[in-house]
This record gives sequence, structure tokens and C-alpha cells, in this order.
Amino acid sequence: MIFKNAVSYVKPLVFVASLFPVVLLIWNGLHGSLSANPISDITNETGIWTLRFVVITLSLTPLRRITRWHWLIKFRRMTGLFAFFYGTLHLTTYVWLDQFFDWQSIVHDISKRPFITVGLASFVLMIPLAATSTQKMIRRLGGGTWNVLHRLIYLTAAGGVIHYLWLVKVVTYRQLTYGGIVAVLLLFRILWKYRSRFTKSHLDKEEPIPA
Amino acid sequence: MTFKKTSDILSSEITPEALYRHRREFLRNSAIAIAGAAAYTVLPQNISSVFAQDSKTWKPAHPSTFDTTEELTPYGDITSYNNFYEFGVDKDDPARNAGSLKTSPWTVAVAGHVNKPAVYHLDDIVKGKALEDRVYRHRCVEGWSMVIPWLGFPLSNLIDMVEPTSAAKYVAFETKFAPEEMPGQKSGVLQWPYVEGLRMDEALNPLTLLAVGLYGKPLPNQDGAPIRLVVPWKYGFKSIKSIVKISFVGDQPATSWNLANSNEYGFYSNVNPEVDHPRWSQSHERRIGEFFRRKTQMFNGYADQVASMYSGMDLRKNF
Repeated sequence: MIFKNAVSYVKPLVFVASLFPVVLLIWNGLHGSLSANPISDITNETGIWTLRFVVITLSLTPLRRITRWHWLIKFRRMTGLFAFFYGTLHLTTYVWLDQFFDWQSIVHDISKRPFITVGLASFVLMIPLAATSTQKMIRRLGGGTWNVLHRLIYLTAAGGVIHYLWLVKVVTYRQLTYGGIVAVLLLFRILWKYRSRFTKSHLDKEEPIPA
Repeated sequence: MTFKKTSDILSSEITPEALYRHRREFLRNSAIAIAGAAAYTVLPQNISSVFAQDSKTWKPAHPSTFDTTEELTPYGDITSYNNFYEFGVDKDDPARNAGSLKTSPWTVAVAGHVNKPAVYHLDDIVKGKALEDRVYRHRCVEGWSMVIPWLGFPLSNLIDMVEPTSAAKYVAFETKFAPEEMPGQKSGVLQWPYVEGLRMDEALNPLTLLAVGLYGKPLPNQDGAPIRLVVPWKYGFKSIKSIVKISFVGDQPATSWNLANSNEYGFYSNVNPEVDHPRWSQSHERRIGEFFRRKTQMFNGYADQVASMYSGMDLRKNF
């Protein structure tokens, strides 16, 4: 009971906190606190926050299963939509600020630059997820179909990491860390599915109450 | 010896009101310009006597025929947006971290196929050289560019001084190796020390510069203090910074980015809009300070001075 109410207070806070990166970006942009190459900064910031929110979203289910804090799931839609929000900002920055609607150049980039191909694909996969994020849509699709559809986030996460790895001059611990985190989060799901094989049945069996 | 008309340029470009308000600067600049015009034989005895001026009102005191007339990138941008992995891989890391680099005393060892190998103190290298303000375009392999007013002297002057033998076909350069001063050298992002090289004709080209200053002030640490190479028709990573060794060798020397990834960074790395980096395009660039991208020019716009060195070469193979 207490938890249910707490979540409804915390959700707006999480919402506001999630806006902080873009607010800070706009603030820095207006005050000239971005670097000498502001378009590059905006592209990088929106990109990394897309990846961060995808990772946060992916981490909620494993966290919930380990901690049994089921209320964590209530934040998943919000973090997922923020991933889509930052992804949209990132794509918009590329199309508008970087390329200035040079469609010929953009199409060329998408077809010739693998890191852009994979980046765009990872974003496109989020579109059906954003579109089916509402309660209505969950009911319409039915839980089973909805869950299968939303596994696309695994591809987005992997694609996002590859996009990041492929665009830097030299791969550092930074890219490898995101890769490692995504790998662990995906691995968790595989292990969880087959957990009965590892745990035998003693974890599911209740401890007998001593006489 | 011809006098450059720097004093005429100054007086015609300053309005009366600005003249009144900045009269002290104007007088100082005029005095320096007049002195500068005559100063080709009266040169700084050591690095610290390189004078400083405000970068917004700055004009080249020792202009060169190789100067571009394009708009200068502000001093603040040139000194805050740097790739200098010895101090971290982010663009603002060098400005933040390069303070630990000790740039004095500084020596440059000249070795290899030369008649006059020696370890030269930096002041002895600069003394007696006609320092010029070379306003060059600078194009990073990442796709951004700047217009930078370097202060330095042609590498060919140093080469003449040390007398390479006929066995010398290439010039190899090496950056300082001092992980306690350059913390990025503790990471394995590149092999250290940073090395670069030029073919002998590239090294002797009049454009190739050893720079000791920027906007008339001594190089800040993050820009490669106290002495660096500037090869404006090649991608910026060829312009090795904080040089401690110059060797004259017979074989093509190793270069750091080629060691890191030989598929992507070649020995020549001439700016070429027709040869893309394997992962991104080189056809356009972002000039720092501009909103719209520009078309990249062949040899960064220095084709007249350098194209002949590569005639007959397949620049796609020799990227």
C-alpha cells in the first residue's frame, strides 16, 4: 500500500530528473558553455543519453527479479520512452544541425557508413515500442504479443553499442563498459530463462516450519 | 629587404573611435609592426621573447605568402578543443590536464643520417631563425577544421642547419615520453611515445613548419608546446606535438595512428575529399565556428604547393 503511493510521488521526480540532460544541454548551448564544436557536443550528448536510458530500461527487469522490488517495473515505460525521446533528439540533431537536411548526403551516409546504418536501425526499432507503450496498446496486443514485440529493445541495445564502437577513432574502456553492461543485462535474461536448470528445485521449495 | 606594409593595414582598419579608445594598443602594435618589419635580422634570442597580443585585434606581424585570408579561429577555441591523447581523449582534457607538462628546459635531439647530430637546446634551434606568422587551415581526420595563425619557421631551415646525408630519405619525429607529466600515456589508447614521419620532400616543402607560437604568443601546452610540426595539407594527427627527437632515416618510419589502425590511417594521410575514411566520409568538414558544413578541398586547399610531390601516385592506395 505504502509502496503504491510512494511510486506515484517518485514518478514525477524521475520524469523531471530524466529531462535534466536536455535542459543542461540547452542551458549550456545558450550560455556558450559548449565546446568550440557545439553541434558535435549536442550529437554526442543526446546519443550517450539514448544509450544510457536504453541501458536503464534494460536493467529494471533484472534488478526487479534479484531484489523482488516489483514496483521497479512501474518506471520501465517512462525510462523506455525517454530512451526514445533522446534517440529522436539525436537523430534530429544529425538530420537538422549536422547535415541540414542534405538528403542526398544523409542517404549516402546511411547506405555507406555502417555505423550510421546500425544507429538508424536501432532507432527505428524503438518506434513500434514507443507506439505500443500505452495501456490501451498493451490490452489491444495482449500481454504475450506485447512482450515478444518489446524484446526488440535487445536489438536496440546491442545496435546502440555497436554504433558507438564504430564511430570513435579508437575504442576505449568507455565503449567497452557499455558493451559489457549490455552483454550482462542480456545474459541475465538467458540465464533467468533457464534458471530452473541451475537451481534444481530447492529454491522454489518452501522451507518446512520447524516443529 | 622589403618592408611589409603592416602599419598601413593597421591604420586603415581601425576606426577613429576605436583608435582613441585603444590608442595605447595601437601605438604598441604600430611600434611592434614597424619593429617587426625590420626585425627579420633582429630575432628573438629565446622563446620567451615572443610577444603577445590580444587575439581579437591581432594581425600577423610577420605575414607570409602562404597565409590564408580566411577568418581566424578564435584563440579560445584553438586552445580548448584539442586532440592530445597524452592528456586524455576528450576534447577538453588537454586544456584541463596539460598544465603538468614541463616545457622548459627543452631539448630536441637530432639524429640519424646527418652531419651535425646533436642534442639541441630549444633556444638554440629558434635563435637565428626568421619567425613567420603562418595562417594555415588545419583539418582533423574527424571532420572538423580551423584556421590557425601559427608562429614558426620552415622545417627546411632546421634541415639545412643539420645537413642530412644522401642516405636520409625520411624524417621521423618523436613526442616527449613522460607519463608522470602526461597522464594519458599511462593508458594504452595509443602506443607511446607518439611518433610521426614525413618523406624528405614533404619535410623540405616550404609549407612544412616547426611552430613555437600561436597568435604571436608561445604555444600553450595543450597545442603542443613548446615546439610542434605543422603540415597543413595533411590530416591534423600528422602535425606531431611537443617534439623531442627528429631523426633522419632511410626507411619509411612508423607513425602512431598507423600503428593503431593501419586500415584507417596511412603514412601519407593527405587531406583528400575523394578518399573516405573506412568508417566515415571525408568529403565535407565542419569549420569550427560555422553552422553549415563545407566541402573539403583536395590537399586542404594547398594543392598548388604540394600536388606535384604526389603526381603519379595512387592516392587511394597511398592514403
